Formats: sequence, structure tokens, C-alpha cells
Amino acid sequence: MNLNYFELFELKPAFDIDLAALENNYRKIQSESHPDRFVTATSAEKLASMQTATLANEAYQTLKKPTNRAKYLLELQGINALVDNNTNMPADFLMQQMEWREAVEGNATNLSGMHRLLRDIKHEAATLQETLADELDTKKAWQAAAETLRKLQFMDKLREEIARKLAILED
Amino acid sequence: MALLQISEPGQSTAPHQHKLAVGIDLGTTNSLVATVRSGLSSVLIDDDGHALLPSVVRYMPDGSIDVGYNAQTAQNLDPINTIVSAKRFMGRGLKDIDVSQQPYKLVDSNEMLQIETRAGIKSPVEISAEILKTLKARAEKSLGGELVGAVITVPAYFDDAQRQATKDAARLAGLNVLRLLNEPTAAAVAYGLDNASEGIYVIYDLGGGTFDISILKLSKGVFEVLATNGDSALGGDDFDRRIFCWILEQSKCKPVNAQDTRLLLTKAREAKEWLTDHATAQITSVLSTGEVINMTLTTKQFNEFTQTLVAKTLSPTKKALRDAELTIEDIKGVVMVGGATRMPQIRLAVANFFKQTPLTNLDPDKVVALGAAIQANTLVGNKSDADLLLLDVIPLSLGLETMGGLVEKIIPRNSTLPIARAQEFTTFKDGQTAMSIHVLQGERELVTNCRSLARFELRGIPPMVAGAARIRVTFTVDADGLLSVSAREIASNVEASIVVKPSYGLSEEQILAMLQSGFGAAETDKQARALAEAKVDAEGLLAAISVALEQDGDLLSLKEKQKITSQMDALRVNIHGDARASLADEIHAATEALNTATEDFAAKRMDASVNRALAGKELNTLDI
Repeated sequence: MNLNYFELFELKPAFDIDLAALENNYRKIQSESHPDRFVTATSAEKLASMQTATLANEAYQTLKKPTNRAKYLLELQGINALVDNNTNMPADFLMQQMEWREAVEGNATNLSGMHRLLRDIKHEAATLQETLADELDTKKAWQAAAETLRKLQFMDKLREEIARKLAILED
Repeated sequence: MALLQISEPGQSTAPHQHKLAVGIDLGTTNSLVATVRSGLSSVLIDDDGHALLPSVVRYMPDGSIDVGYNAQTAQNLDPINTIVSAKRFMGRGLKDIDVSQQPYKLVDSNEMLQIETRAGIKSPVEISAEILKTLKARAEKSLGGELVGAVITVPAYFDDAQRQATKDAARLAGLNVLRLLNEPTAAAVAYGLDNASEGIYVIYDLGGGTFDISILKLSKGVFEVLATNGDSALGGDDFDRRIFCWILEQSKCKPVNAQDTRLLLTKAREAKEWLTDHATAQITSVLSTGEVINMTLTTKQFNEFTQTLVAKTLSPTKKALRDAELTIEDIKGVVMVGGATRMPQIRLAVANFFKQTPLTNLDPDKVVALGAAIQANTLVGNKSDADLLLLDVIPLSLGLETMGGLVEKIIPRNSTLPIARAQEFTTFKDGQTAMSIHVLQGERELVTNCRSLARFELRGIPPMVAGAARIRVTFTVDADGLLSVSAREIASNVEASIVVKPSYGLSEEQILAMLQSGFGAAETDKQARALAEAKVDAEGLLAAISVALEQDGDLLSLKEKQKITSQMDALRVNIHGDARASLADEIHAATEALNTATEDFAAKRMDASVNRALAGKELNTLDI
């Protein structure tokens, strides 16, 4: 199947998608293609099952997560948003990045501080996602979207870093 | 006698033979086998009415092998030749084990741990195979026929080496492994189907030697694992050890010998079980030195010195919740699995953490086997409605060693299976013609802190300037959670691939040798058997393709159809050919050729069935 991920799940290519429909169609495809359905099948059928189930998993994970979905949408436009990572970032965002990082380091041993930061980050990420939806779906402003996506990705990384630090704190 | 499945109206009226399939919980302390009969999953009992088989194997003086209760009873008398908790050694090397805590003579063989017994040096895989053989025999006797296959459960947190070792043990026992299934997922199936549950559930599984936490989303027969975590070296055994250490400390005993260690560990286990519904436990024993042990352990003391063990289960729990991006408010229920969850302090700690009473209505010893049996029944196609679907994940990230002893992750933990990921690397020296590939599993950044799964080399890269070669390394993890890796230089198409058989596992040759020595058959018998098997495979394939052509032949052009039918004819000629030494190989080759010839057809059928499934959707789910 030479379909793009949106076509695979019969969705219109957009940032703002019907997540319930995505999940529903993903499950339908897995119901047909999962290797558990082909345990006693021929090896050609097992191969086809493996390929389709793998593709469905990859496509689902890509479309489910907002950051991956935006990146994929831009890729369909021929834009690799993450290639020149930070070089074109506006100065105010670079400043903000530093502040976030300092906040993470400053709270590194403070459980409640870290949880508060996580909340702030989630809030910021939600705002960025709204901007992305507007840029990708309404304005079709691909370059602006690429910049917003890079910001969102920074927030993702920050969140992962906090998760790592929290895991150490809790151990 | 094989049972006949009764067809529902509107379904195919052809009677399908009920295939004998079982679920096996290969536990650290106890193992079980279960099957689905008349639509109900039930545990199979032995002649004495026992459901549990203690996972204890004793190599007897007369050369025979004892498995189960008799072996368990003998463990204090013959600790060196009586192996308990072999599961803890699966896929492990000597360096992974606290040798001082073991009564056995452990030996290092090719980075893999083995145990010296009076019957010779035994690998944990062989020891586990004895347990599986016993369960297989129990099932075949009880069901009255040969098993088509088995689902074997493994801790969700088992890494690739431990999974591979388990699969090897099953093969060695002569079992056809339908699937390796994660224990908490199996428990969720048994629990979820029983209770028609929907929503997000946590499975807290503390067994004899392993701890798993899995978070699942249950919805309309689909069990989707959102995250899993755990500790593959933490279980009820560790609580016994804490009591054992406490006894030694309190009685100011000198270090004791193997026999007394085993004796006191047994006493410790009994005290632990007693404390489940009593406030104090009396521990009395006479050691081989004549020393008398007589002491009282209170619940309070027990709780105090096992507090850190209980806390050790909560840290993976928090990690799993964070990976799933959930909080405890999202959790609809917490299902307790594993004998160790009978301990009141565990139940209390879980209740306090999740702010709800954990669910204990299913027998924590049996629920995993029951779930595995349900899955086995579905996999062999006994169940007509195919609405049970398990979407499981890989518990630990997979990666490659890069410059500076660092690990670059290729597949992150908690990715849904099956999964394939490719990454490109390049050469760092001019004229470099080989590249060594080191596959690792774990969450840490340094190679030394992760488990090494395999090393292999891609050779024959054409000489180029540094950075010009493009080496694409592809990781594929199948539904059993087992990894295979291939590497290819893009420009030259030089390829190398391996099924990751870690240095810990047995090689294919070793397994074949063990299987053959087990049968002890003469060369001609082997040939006859190989030929019979080849014919059965070939006929099965011919039948499957005939059905497929009948159903979906219109997906093919006339030419494509002819290509397949001519391969089918060729295979038929082979099957009915004159007996000759090479016939089995010839049939195999023709079967392979036919399989390859149908790959495009299989892919087309898959696309068609996916399209049919999507077209059958309810209108309100359409994104219009």
C-alpha cells in the first residue's frame, strides 16, 4: 500500500484530526493484520501481516502525537522542520529556553517544584499546539509552522528531561 | 478424542476440528497449564489433584529427573542437585547473579550461566524445559491428544535474552510456541473478559522472582498496553531472603551451608505465608550443626524490614504512569497478580498509592495461565469471533553502540509491537570496509550500563572517503518481543543480518543436537520423520492457497494466477515423487518457492481485507 499515513486511516491530512476516528480505524486495521491473526498461516501471509501491522503501528504513533503529526504534515509539504534545529530560532524564544532550563536545574531536587514545572510545560505546549493548528490547517503557513513545531519539540525534550530527573528523585 | 466445534447460524457449516492449545505460566516458584474447554478457561490438574507445579527440578542419583512436589520436598536434603527458581537465571550470566546467595555450583559458559549437577552441567534453559515437559505431558494426558501449540507467558519486563531463553526452553520441551505473552497482559485478558471491563487498568504483578507493572486500556475486546515497567529480579523470593537474613542476624549464626540455607529459606517462606493472616509466626528449626533456631517474627517486624522491597515496586509504577502520561485519577482499577500480592503490606501499599482498593477477586496464582489459555485458543482459531486483540509493547529500549561508548536508541521502550525501525550510520575512516554493530537493550546512556544483546560485523563495504558510506541498520521486533537486526550499505547493497540469538542463548545447532539426542532415533527414522513433516507442511500450504485462490483469486491477473498454480503443480509432483534421501529437502525447496510466489498475493489479500474492514465502519466515525 503506497498510502500516506492519513490515507491509511482514511483521514483528511490536517493537524486537527478526529482522534477517536484515528484510534477506531487503527484498531480495525490491527484486527485484520496483527500477527496474532496469522499464527497458523503460510509464511507469505505472515510476512504480509507483519508488514501491514508494523506500518499501522508506525503510522498510528506518528499521527497520535501532536509533535510527530505536525512534523509529518510538514514532511508531506517537503519541509524537514527539524533539520536546522535551533539556528533560526528567534532571540526571545532562545531566552525563554534558557529560563526554562534554569528553572529545571533550580528545581532538580524539589519534587513539588518539578511537578509544578511539568504543569507549566503542559500548558505552554497546549498553547503552541493551538498555534500550530492555526498555521497548518487554516493559514497553511508552513515556515511559521516549522518554527512553532521546533518550539513544541523543545517543550517535549524538556518534559522528558524532567521525567528523567523525577525518576531519579523517586528512586 | 477431538471435539467438534458447533457452528453458529450464518457461519461456515464445515465442522472445524477443535485444536488442542494450552497456556503455560512458567513461574519462578510455581508453574501452571490451562486450556479452554467448552468456552471456559480452566487450569489442568495432575493425578493428585494439584493445579500448581512447583518450578523445582531435581536430578536424581539414578539418572532420572523429578519435577514438582517431590523435588520440592527433597530440596533441603539435596540442595545442590535440586534447582529452584531457575527462571531467575534465564538469559543471565554469572555477573548478573549474587553467587553468594545461591546453594548451587554455578559455572560460566560462554557468558551464560550454567549449573553443575550430578547429571552434568545444565543450563537454565534445559532445567526450564523439564518443567515445560512435565506440563506438556499433563496437558496431553488430560486432553487426550497432541498439542497443536502453547502460549508461554513471560514477565513483561523480560529483555530479549530472557525471552529468547524461554522460547528455547519451550522448543526443547517439544512445544510449538504460538506466542510469548506478557504475564500482566495475560492476567488482564482473564480479568477483563471475566468482568467485561472497559477503561484503564493497572496490573500489579509480583511473582516469585519478578515484578511487572502494566497499564492497559481495555475497550471492546482490545487490550492495548500503554506502558510497562518492572524489575526482573524482584519478587516473593526476596521477602523470603529478608526473613532468612533476619533469622541469621537474630540468632547470630555463622554463615550456614547449602543444606541449612535451603532449610532456613523454606522456613522463611512458610513464615511469610503464615503472616498473611496471622499477627506472629513461629520459626523453629534444627540446623545440621545441631544449633536450634526458635524465634517469633511479628507482622510489624516483617513489615519494617521488607519496607524497602515494597517501595521498590512503587518506583517502576510511577515510571509506567509517567510513560503513559496518566495520573492515578485516570486508573479505573488495579488488578493484583502473583502469589506475593497476598502479603497484606503489599495490598496496603498499592491501595494507598492508587487511593483505591486493589482487585483481588481472581486467584493471583492462576490468572496468568487462564489468560494465556484464552489467547492460545484464539491464536489457533478455535474461537470463531475474532474480537480479542492484544496490542503489547516492548518493555526496554533497543539501541546501537555509537562513538564514545554511548547508546543511540533506535526503538524506544513502550513502542507497540510489531515494530521496525531503521537508522543510517556512516563510516568514520577513509577506506573503511567493515563496521562492527553492537546491539544493546536498556534505558541508560552508556553501553556499560545496558544489556549487550549481540555483536556482528558488516563486511565488504566498498572503500570510500569517511562519511560517504550509508549504512542502514534495521531493527525488527516481532509480536513475541524478539528482535532481529539487519544492516545494509545502501550504495553497494552489501548486507548482513542476524536473528539476535544473544550470547546467552543456545545456538540453533545446540538445540537441534539436544532435540535429536532426546529422540535417540536412528538415521533412517529421522529421515522418515523429516519427510513426513515436509509433506504435511506442503499439503497444508497447498490447501491454504487453494482456499485463498477460491476466495480472492479475482485480485490476481490471469498471468499471476498461472504463476502460482504452476508452482503448486510443481510442489504436488514433488510430494508424490519416489522416495529418495533428498526428497524431504526437495519438498522443502518447492514449498519455499511456492511461498515466495504467493507473497504479492498475500499482500493484496491483506490490503483488501483492511479496506473491507475500514469500509464497514460506522458512519459517525468518518472524518468528513
